[in-house]
Parts: sequence; structure tokens; C-alpha cells
Amino acid sequence: MDLVDNPDSTREVGKSRQQIEQDLLRHVTKWTKNDKLWLLFLGVVILIGVFAYYRQLRYGLLVTAMRDYTSWGIYISNFVFFVAISLVGSLVSSILKLSNATWSTPLTRISEIIAIAAIICASIIIIVDMGRPDRFIYVIIFGRIQSPIIWDVIIIVTYLAISILLLYISLIPDLALCRDKLHDVPRWQKKLYEVFALNWKGEKRQYQIIHKTSSILCIMVIPVAFAIHTVTSWLFSTTWRPGWDSTNLGPYFVSGALMAGAAVIIIAMYFIRNSLRLKEYITELHFDHMGKLLVLLSAVYLYFNINEYLGPSFKMVGVEGEHITELFFGKYAYMYWLVQIFGLILPIVALIYKPLRAPFPIMVISFLVIIGAWVKRFLIVIPSLQHPYLPIQDVDESYLHYIPTWEEWAITFASFAGVLLIVTLIIKLVPVIPVWELTDNKE
Amino acid sequence: MEKKERRAFLKSGLAAGAITLATISSCTGPNISEEEEELVNVLTPDGRLVQIPKSMAAADSYVPVGPKEARIGIPNKKFVMVVDLSRCTNERKCIDACDHHHHLTPDRPYIKVLRMQDNEDSSPYWMPKKCFQCDNPPCVKVCPVSATYKRSDGIVLIDNERCIGCRFCMSACPYSARVFNWGQPPESMEEGYDEIPYSPETSVPSRIGTVGKCDFCPDMLRQDKVPHCITACPNGALYFGDKLSDTVTNGGETVRLSQLLREKAGYRYLEELGTEPNVYYLPPVNRAVPFEETLSDQES
Repeated sequence: MDLVDNPDSTREVGKSRQQIEQDLLRHVTKWTKNDKLWLLFLGVVILIGVFAYYRQLRYGLLVTAMRDYTSWGIYISNFVFFVAISLVGSLVSSILKLSNATWSTPLTRISEIIAIAAIICASIIIIVDMGRPDRFIYVIIFGRIQSPIIWDVIIIVTYLAISILLLYISLIPDLALCRDKLHDVPRWQKKLYEVFALNWKGEKRQYQIIHKTSSILCIMVIPVAFAIHTVTSWLFSTTWRPGWDSTNLGPYFVSGALMAGAAVIIIAMYFIRNSLRLKEYITELHFDHMGKLLVLLSAVYLYFNINEYLGPSFKMVGVEGEHITELFFGKYAYMYWLVQIFGLILPIVALIYKPLRAPFPIMVISFLVIIGAWVKRFLIVIPSLQHPYLPIQDVDESYLHYIPTWEEWAITFASFAGVLLIVTLIIKLVPVIPVWELTDNKE
Repeated sequence: MEKKERRAFLKSGLAAGAITLATISSCTGPNISEEEEELVNVLTPDGRLVQIPKSMAAADSYVPVGPKEARIGIPNKKFVMVVDLSRCTNERKCIDACDHHHHLTPDRPYIKVLRMQDNEDSSPYWMPKKCFQCDNPPCVKVCPVSATYKRSDGIVLIDNERCIGCRFCMSACPYSARVFNWGQPPESMEEGYDEIPYSPETSVPSRIGTVGKCDFCPDMLRQDKVPHCITACPNGALYFGDKLSDTVTNGGETVRLSQLLREKAGYRYLEELGTEPNVYYLPPVNRAVPFEETLSDQES
């Protein structure tokens, strides 16, 4: 995996500073018709979700397909998915940065934006899952530090705070650039740049502060990022449910998250590159490197998958055996094998070939990875709950299976639209590629 | 000081109880006679003064304790239940009594009677299952807001005015003992249901978006009575008692707990999980009646 080759690749752009600034600020000023249609679309999806949530508030969680045995559903699996996605921020802007992979510089900001959007929507979706959202404040008033849920609340807030700082600190010089260069923007937007640029003048001392702060944050974010998904895995591994009662769950979740994160960044690269006409900044080289990275991360995830399933499937004992049978041959088998083949094996095999690391094919493969990652979390959460130690008897038909209702789907799609909306709005306000890191880096 | 407060509380409680009819629903109890009875004036929970036959009024004026008091266990007690599997014939009277007392509808019973079969060769048996009131309760450990808690008398209770509805306790409980109010509890349609003062010791009234489970009826225990399921069982399959005094009773006979468990090889379900349940089972040997599939068993 030759990820650190050619440290000067960012300078391959070979353009004048003025030209770079012009290219990268272009998408901030203009609102095209497509932008507006896109926002309208996202708005409609979110509104449908809001209506579904209104129904849930009115009639209770009864509007979902969750019942006493399957007591957690796609809200929780979606929450786990978003937490996984949020690791992308630390992957690109921290792990790659610290390993001197300077080619990744143009990708840092977009990954940080996605991380923040995902973590915000994860927090919202977990509140949606609560039976009594009106009592949310009790988590703070009566919080018990012994409960893994409280650990999760603490770590999510911490990660969100560090991620916002990480994004914001590296934004300051670009906000100053917007303040100085953008004249035909609304007054509120101008005011926004002025306030948030924090009187940035581009002095040497200011650069020193910014470099120092961001390298501290880069290092700080790694343990927190690992913790956020490890703690999320503990919500499951601290119970006796088959498939959850595993010491492997922490690294299994983290490795899966890094893989999903890499796939998300590839998809984001593809669409941002095309819609914002940034082909000279997000190059084929980036796709190639990200493709290799995705192979590596998928291979690590495959390793933890084998660890997760081999032991129990070899022993096939009790409810653990029932659970494995259900996944391998039972009613979830088609989902399970589709996910493992198209979401895990395929990227490893396909992306070894250079032609498939070209922008379009790798984007398609990354989509499969993302869909697989979402379904995988469904398979982690739901089937485990359907194999309790004591048999399920004397219950209503609806307790025996779990098929999400339209309200659950509407809210889930709204949460996706929420992530995309946050990403879109931030991109419309600030340059999506860090301008100063491409132009001022040498100072 | 503390004693004084407690006394004052009890006094006011009794005074309130004298004019309140908290348990009007007990009027459907089995001992109503058909004859003309003396009528008494009672104040209903919704403030109306009505006349009802004397036998329909709750004999005692016990008022269950509120959420704060309910966190403190009954002193010097450690409650325990023993289920004699050889006597259970799936009559389901325990479920009926429990549902009735806790105003539950059949969709979320606190007690289940499961058809169990340990292996292919052994004959099946009925297993009444309640909350095991574990001494190392997984549900209490995971609760983020102390809505479910363990008391000094061994009982695990839920404060549904505290519960945030995260359902982590339901995932954590290996015995599937917990039920959730997914929607508005159907019984809240009953007149006056919502005005019943809430007590974690009675688990009434149930609230939407919160969890519920078998509570060992601490309101009965405070009055030196046994839970409703114990007296309801026609076969004497359910024993209840106090570990500290090593005694359990099924309503008919009172026996030594340690002796019963030793002589009949008592065990706890899934002992190996380390949850330390306070419900013991006596194996289904030497059965009084052979196993019969009953009508109410709609195998799923």
C-alpha cells in the first residue's frame, strides 16, 4: 500500500495562487438551479420524516414494527451506521495526515464535514428511538455513570466537540479569504465570515498557532474516534444476546466503521468533483489512493468478520448456534450473504485492479460497500434480539418478525437527507477544499 | 426525626385512604354475593360520591407508597419465590390474577407460562416465568437514569415516571422478563385509570413509552400479604417467602426454603449467567398430573 508516495502531489495542480482561489471559491458564491432543486428534494424528504415522527410522538412507538422481543430496530442500526460514518473525519484528517499522506489534503475538509453531519444525525436518531423523548433531560439530571448509554452520550458529545474544532480551526484562514475576496454575497454571509474569521491576518504567529492546534487535535481525535465506536459496540457486548456477547465486538465495529468511512469519502469525492467542477483538485490519483486504502480497510474488516463468526459457527451451541443458523441458512441468509459478498469480498477483489479504481467504477463499488454497511448493522442489531434464551410463545403474530413500517423508513431516509443537507449547506458557505493548505502551506 | 416524618406520612396516607377508594377495580373479585347488601358511601378517584355494596369497597384503606418511598426496601426482608414445576398444569390463574391486579391487557403480561422441553427425550412441562428479581440484575446495571433499581429486600422495581424508554434493560435481560408500553396502554381507557396515584410498588398506572415487569407486588408485601399470583394458583405450584427467615408458603403449606430446595433439587434458571435470580424452580418430577397440551397454548 503505497499511500505516502510523492508528498508533493498536492502541488501538482500547478496553478497560480490567484487561479486556485478563484476555482475553489466559485461554488461558494453561486446558487445554481440544481442546487435549489437538490435542497428542495432534501427538504421534502425531511418533511415526510418529520410527519412520520409527529405520528410517532402522537401514538407512541406503536407506529414502528418494534415489539417486546425485537425491542430495537432500524433506528438503532441506523444510529450505529451514522456513528460508523463519523469515523471518516478522523480517518482522513488525522490518520492520513499523521502518516504524512499529503495527497489527502484536499479531502480533509469534506471528511470533517461529513463526520460532523453524521454525528449530529446519529444524536437525533437516538432521541427518535426513545420512548419518552420528553424526558431526555433526565439523562443529564439522573445520569448513572455505570450505564454504557451514559458513556456513549459523553463520548459522542466529546467527539462532536473535537470534530467541530478540527473543522473550524482549519477553516479560519479560508473564512478570512472569503471575507476578503467575496463581495457579491448577502450581508449576513459577509458578517458570518467576518465574525468567524477571528481577525485572521495571515501572520506568521497565527499560522504557528493554527498548525500547533490542529496537530494537537489530530492526535486527540484518534483515541476519541476509536472510543466512540467501541463504546457503541459495548451497548451490545455488555448483554448476553447471541451475536453481541463477544469480546471481538469493539475492533469489529471500529474496523467496519473505517471501511464504511473510506467508501463514503469516495462517493462524496465523486459527486463533489463532478458537480462543483473540481477535477483538477480531486484527481484520479485521489481515487486510486482511496481505492487502495479501501482494499486495506476491507481486508482488516474481513479479518474481524472471520473472528466474529468462526468461533460460534464452529461450536453451534444453544442460542448462539440458532443465531448463526438464522444468518447463514435462515430467513436472514440472503441478506447476510449479499452483504458479505458485495459489501466485503467484492471491494477487496475488484479494487486490486487499477482500472476499477477509476472514479466511476470505484464510486459504484463504494455504493455497494455503503449499502452493505447499512444492512450489516441491521443484521447485527435485529436477529440477535429474536433469539432469546427462553422461547417466544403466546404472543401476537406481530411480535414474531420485524418488518420496518413506513414511519421508520421515512424517519431513516429523513436522517440520510439530514446528513446530506448539513453537508450541502456547509459546502455552500465555505470552500470544500482547504484553499490555504494548497496555497500557503510553504510559509 | 426520620421516624417522625414517616409516621406523619403514614398518618396522612391513612386519612386520605379512609375517604378514597383506590382499588375500585377489585369489585370484580370472586367473593361478591348475590344477596342484598348494606350500601356504603365512597369517594371515587375522580371525585364523585357513590354508593356501593359494602363487599365491593376495598376492606382496607391501604395507600401504596410513592416513587420516592418505593426505592427503599421493606426492612429485614429478602423475598424469594419458588416454582414447583411438577404442579403447574397451565391453568393460567396466576396470569389472570396478575393482569387483573396490574390492570394489564393480555398483550403485555408480567407472567408467562411457557411450554418447555429440556431435550428430545424428556417430556415437556409448563414453566411459569416472572421477573427473577436478580441479585446481580443486568437491567439495573444498564439503566442510564436509575429508573430501574434494586432494593434492600431483593426486589427490582421500575419507576415509570423516571423511565426514558431506551429499552436497554429489555436487551440486557436474558430472561425476556420486561414488556414495553409501545402505545397508549389499552387500560388507560378505563374510567378513572389515569387518576390512580402512581406507585412503582403497584406498577399502576402504566405509561406510554415506558417499560414494565413483574414487581413481586410490594404493596401486598407491605401489608404482610403474598403476591396475587401465589394465592391464585389452584395447584399450589407457587411458593413465596423470605430468605432471611428461611420460610416459604404457597398459601396452603408453609415450609423451610432450604429444606425444600435441597429435598426437591431446586435450581435457578440459567444459573451460569451469574445473575443470581431470586426465583427458584423445582424440577418437573413426580408430577401430580401428566403433561397435557392445553387449549390456551397457541404454540407459536
